[in-house]
Amino acid sequence: MATHEPLLLKNMSLPGYSGSLADYERAGGYQALRKVLGTLAPAEITEMVKKSGLRGRGGAGFPTGVKWSFIPKDHPGPRYLICNADESEPGTFKDRQLMERDPHQMIEGMILAAYAIGVRTAYIYIRGEFALGARILERALAESYQAGYLGPDILGTQFVLDIYVHRGAGAYICGEETALLESLEGKRGLPRIKPPFPATHGLFQKPTVVNNVETLANIPHIVNKGAEWFAAIGHPPKSSGTRVFCLSGHVQRPGNYEVPMGITFREMIYDIAGGMRGDKPLKAFIPGGASAAFLTPAHLDVKLDFESVAQAGSMLGSGGVTVMEEGTCMVWAAENLLHFFNHESCGKCTPCREGSAWLLQILRRIEHGHGKTDDLATLLRLSGNIVGRTVCAFGDVLVAPITSTLQYFRDEYEAHIREHRCPLRPAPVQELITPVQKLIAIGH
Amino acid sequence: MTSVFSPVAQARIPGLIARYEEKRGALLPLLWLAQEEQGYVSEAAMKEIAALLDLTAPQVYETVTFYTMYHRRPIGTFHIQVCRSLMCALVGTENLLGWMHTKLGITTGQTTPDGCFTLSQVECLGSCATGPMMQINDDYYERLTVDKTNRILDDLKREGQSSLASGPFIFPEPSAQ
Repeated sequence: MATHEPLLLKNMSLPGYSGSLADYERAGGYQALRKVLGTLAPAEITEMVKKSGLRGRGGAGFPTGVKWSFIPKDHPGPRYLICNADESEPGTFKDRQLMERDPHQMIEGMILAAYAIGVRTAYIYIRGEFALGARILERALAESYQAGYLGPDILGTQFVLDIYVHRGAGAYICGEETALLESLEGKRGLPRIKPPFPATHGLFQKPTVVNNVETLANIPHIVNKGAEWFAAIGHPPKSSGTRVFCLSGHVQRPGNYEVPMGITFREMIYDIAGGMRGDKPLKAFIPGGASAAFLTPAHLDVKLDFESVAQAGSMLGSGGVTVMEEGTCMVWAAENLLHFFNHESCGKCTPCREGSAWLLQILRRIEHGHGKTDDLATLLRLSGNIVGRTVCAFGDVLVAPITSTLQYFRDEYEAHIREHRCPLRPAPVQELITPVQKLIAIGH
Repeated sequence: MTSVFSPVAQARIPGLIARYEEKRGALLPLLWLAQEEQGYVSEAAMKEIAALLDLTAPQVYETVTFYTMYHRRPIGTFHIQVCRSLMCALVGTENLLGWMHTKLGITTGQTTPDGCFTLSQVECLGSCATGPMMQINDDYYERLTVDKTNRILDDLKREGQSSLASGPFIFPEPSAQ
């Protein structure tokens, strides 16, 4: 396994590191900003990020520098930069750590990005549940204003930038960048039809770049050490850099681990996360958050980079690796995830809104021993009718837990139907009230 | 008309509105402010916010009803939100919920008769390595066991806070690496 020096998690692993401005500066923070502000042209920074090969860390993996270069040069403005801190992909908890433990790393990345694309106003859209994260960011921003890294005349260069924290209020879909824009505008978080893209018609219909927390946290390092240095890390040319992978489920040592892209799942699960938690062997894993198709022990030698995971029929996504041991019921797991997707469907597109509810109902009856023989065909037909028929990618990914578990564990589904029960779990406790009653009861 | 906002909150409103090119951008922040003031977003608050942002009351209502974290009626002092998503479920949410139903004498969606606790199940809270977990009001509580949860609920009921709430997140802890 390649040895590696952590990049993004380095500061926070220093003894006593509090994430304060003083600590960040002591660890070399804001050197990148001092280095380029007033000496490099904005376009040169965009060019540097392009050359580094950095791709978005939020899930879609779009090349960051290319995204920046789509901002029209001749637009009178304003232009906007938004840090997507809505981290809500099940299985993912890296941005939370990056924000709460080293907020200035991300803020410096935002200032550099804003300088590169000519932005004077930026927002951090943070999921509502991260109340502590929002407080930490507010405090860090206040420190940055105080020190002259933000405000009307940054480091005496006349560069102007304001950054505001904007809290979401509980909606997974607001991590989708156009839904996020709607939400920032004070509306329901319904994704927009693209084109036009945010680069030309984003927040308040102005040119806008939306970048993930981890993506932005990489920028100071690229500016400090150079595009070539960054491009050589990991698995170039398509998967340069490290990723903070989030290990969860039945592993010995769950948590956030930063490694260069290109190591194998075997190394990730067995070496870094300490292997399985008990004596039950690995049954399946989700490689990149709940939106990614399940993989099996046969895929352990697949590399954790964008292309390899895509070739294996899934996606690297947000970097959330969820590990399941033998004995975990795959129908139950798919049902749990479909509950999530059904709950989080924004309701704009019929195939997703209605389809997710039907899929959930069918999975639930199979898991509870009431499945019918033609249910599996119905699941696949319904899934096929959602993919490609919705405004955003939510519809495409919500079927992944079903199609992939059906592909690898079809016999398990068949056993449920044949035996009229879940062969792996004790009879489930019946919910006493329905989800709708639940919502009414808490005031929705 | 008396305001739902205290003088301190009222003083913050112009600054919040000024952050956005269009006034409506301040809608979510103002709804948060109203909920901090009253514990929920009342119809009076919605109407007042609509007037502040040059919106109609239904425009505010349509936004409020999209988001799960705004309450449209009062709830218990402590809102327990247990993560029900797969990563927590793999490591024991069900046992915890079952225990909680017994301990509090309520089921999901209900509030204890003394108005102290409201119990909800929510989707992934971004704490998947440290499950099972729950959020109570603003605070996260992670790596829950029955004993630990028992202590947290007792702390909250007795003292209004618990030292077991999570601080800035890092996992695994650096010393354990």
